[in-house]
Amino acid sequence: MSEKELAQKSVEYRKKILKYIYQAKAGHTGGSLSCIDILNVLYNYTMNVDAARFDSPDRDRYIQSKGHTVEALYVVLASRGFFPESDLETLCKYQSHYIGHPTRKVHGVEQNTGALGHGLSLSVGTAIAGKLDKRDYRVFTVLGDGELPEGSNWEAALSASHYKLDNLCAILDKNTLQITGPTSAVCNTDPVDGKFEAFGWAVRHVDGHNIGELMAAFDALPFEAGKPSLIIAHTVKGKGVSYMENQLKWHHGVPDTRQYAEAIQELDLLEETLA
Amino acid sequence: MDATIENIGVSQRANLEVFSGTLQQLAQTDRDIIVVTSDSRGSGKLVPFGQQFPDQIIEVGIAEQNLVGVAAGLASTGKKVFAVSPACFLTARALEQIKNDVAYSNNPVKLIGISAGVSYGALGSTHHSLHDFAVLRTIHNLIVVAPADNFETEQAILLAADTGMPVYIRFGKKPMPLLSEEERTFAFGKGRIVREGTDITIIGTGETVAPALLAAEKLERANNISATVVSMHTIKPLDYDLLQNIAASGQPIVTVEEHSIYGGLGEACASFLIQNSLHNRFKIIGIPDEYTVTGSQTEIFNHYGISEEGIAAAALGLIG
Repeated sequence: MSEKELAQKSVEYRKKILKYIYQAKAGHTGGSLSCIDILNVLYNYTMNVDAARFDSPDRDRYIQSKGHTVEALYVVLASRGFFPESDLETLCKYQSHYIGHPTRKVHGVEQNTGALGHGLSLSVGTAIAGKLDKRDYRVFTVLGDGELPEGSNWEAALSASHYKLDNLCAILDKNTLQITGPTSAVCNTDPVDGKFEAFGWAVRHVDGHNIGELMAAFDALPFEAGKPSLIIAHTVKGKGVSYMENQLKWHHGVPDTRQYAEAIQELDLLEETLA
Repeated sequence: MDATIENIGVSQRANLEVFSGTLQQLAQTDRDIIVVTSDSRGSGKLVPFGQQFPDQIIEVGIAEQNLVGVAAGLASTGKKVFAVSPACFLTARALEQIKNDVAYSNNPVKLIGISAGVSYGALGSTHHSLHDFAVLRTIHNLIVVAPADNFETEQAILLAADTGMPVYIRFGKKPMPLLSEEERTFAFGKGRIVREGTDITIIGTGETVAPALLAAEKLERANNISATVVSMHTIKPLDYDLLQNIAASGQPIVTVEEHSIYGGLGEACASFLIQNSLHNRFKIIGIPDEYTVTGSQTEIFNHYGISEEGIAAAALGLIG
């Protein structure tokens, strides 16, 4: 997919995230909108993954550590043919497989996540297996900046560099807000680049909503041979809907009918400008 | 000659050593066997394994959460992963990883809790795992096993390597006798009758089965009481058929475990019996609700009645 097509795809995904959260009356809107461009580029440009051959041992793996923004993952998987998009009509509803955090009951989901600070260790184990088996697959994981204080992240970061996992790429969705407030006020993890570099990672910064920058960063992997890569994606919580952007209440706020219509109208306008 | 731990059956190796030896055997023909350790290579008797199969041992350092997460990631690719760590830390510090990364995600990691129960004796309560049955019993999709002797340990490791389910296996450091020459069948979820009797049944698990057997022999010798002894090596799934049969015989039941009296083998059995209106006389022997006295594993066992005398006395109390 071209950069322009990907940009258009992101708008489509944003509308779908809002639609299904609106219908379900549940979900994590702000963070889904902040990480969707990253997932878009991963699934439509970077990763070797195919719904029809998802059991291939050579597929690239994606593990979503910040599991609460599962709506972003579900709309991307649906668009890649892992399941009919109409399944998302059941999102979070009684007996649905499409629950509010990633679950392997959904085709295309690699690991059950949602409790924070788990994705990186799972990714390290998967990447070590790739090295042991001399397979070329890569492992991608999206971390939230709010989950970084979990100690398991730092245990995993150490072992990733210890095992020289240059087949591992973590993407930090740095939207700077978490449920209580600014991440810097809750538990400041900056300078996060220096911390990961000190742990033996190669780090780059990108604008997490700039499709071209994301594509270029993924193209440049691994940033250094023998080191795991971290992409610090500077993002905006609620990106794409002006009244949601950088607003804490949209961490897991659900739009009402008027708000939903307003958001879709705004995204429709954006879509027109990209056409 | 009175029975002792040393002369019931044949005195053998520590279950821990049988574990590492069995794993070494398996790895000779199976490149998918992977050990993940948290600085437990020495205490897990895994140094020879690491020397022979350096590409099949992953060291994460003292980091139990990462240990279990990494093991789950490895297992998701088809590796047969044994995550080895002291039982106390493995099952407390990494409980959420066991719940989510292993059991909920169905990554069939073999969680190996070494130096379990009060094996670390005088090192104190930080190093005792007297909670692991209780917490792991509540986690769906996890088999919980405490082998009693070398035979059960070897079988448990062989079965675990082959099963597609997550398994937790715990054992201690002390050499264990072979508990039965005759009963040599083993399956997860099936209790093993190591002694047949008619008057009372003693159900033990892990390293408490040996003193249970001694108690049974003492009861026979001193009191002419015939006791059945069961090694209930699988805490979950519990062998309900066997429990039903024991209860139907009307015999009183004593359970013995190297675990808190809360939430372990005894309460699991009691729950089944009561809910099925099987009201046999019943006694749970285990570690009471306190931080244990100082001492060796044997001294702590003796202190709390997990011993030939203590179990026999409890049995007599029920029969009396």
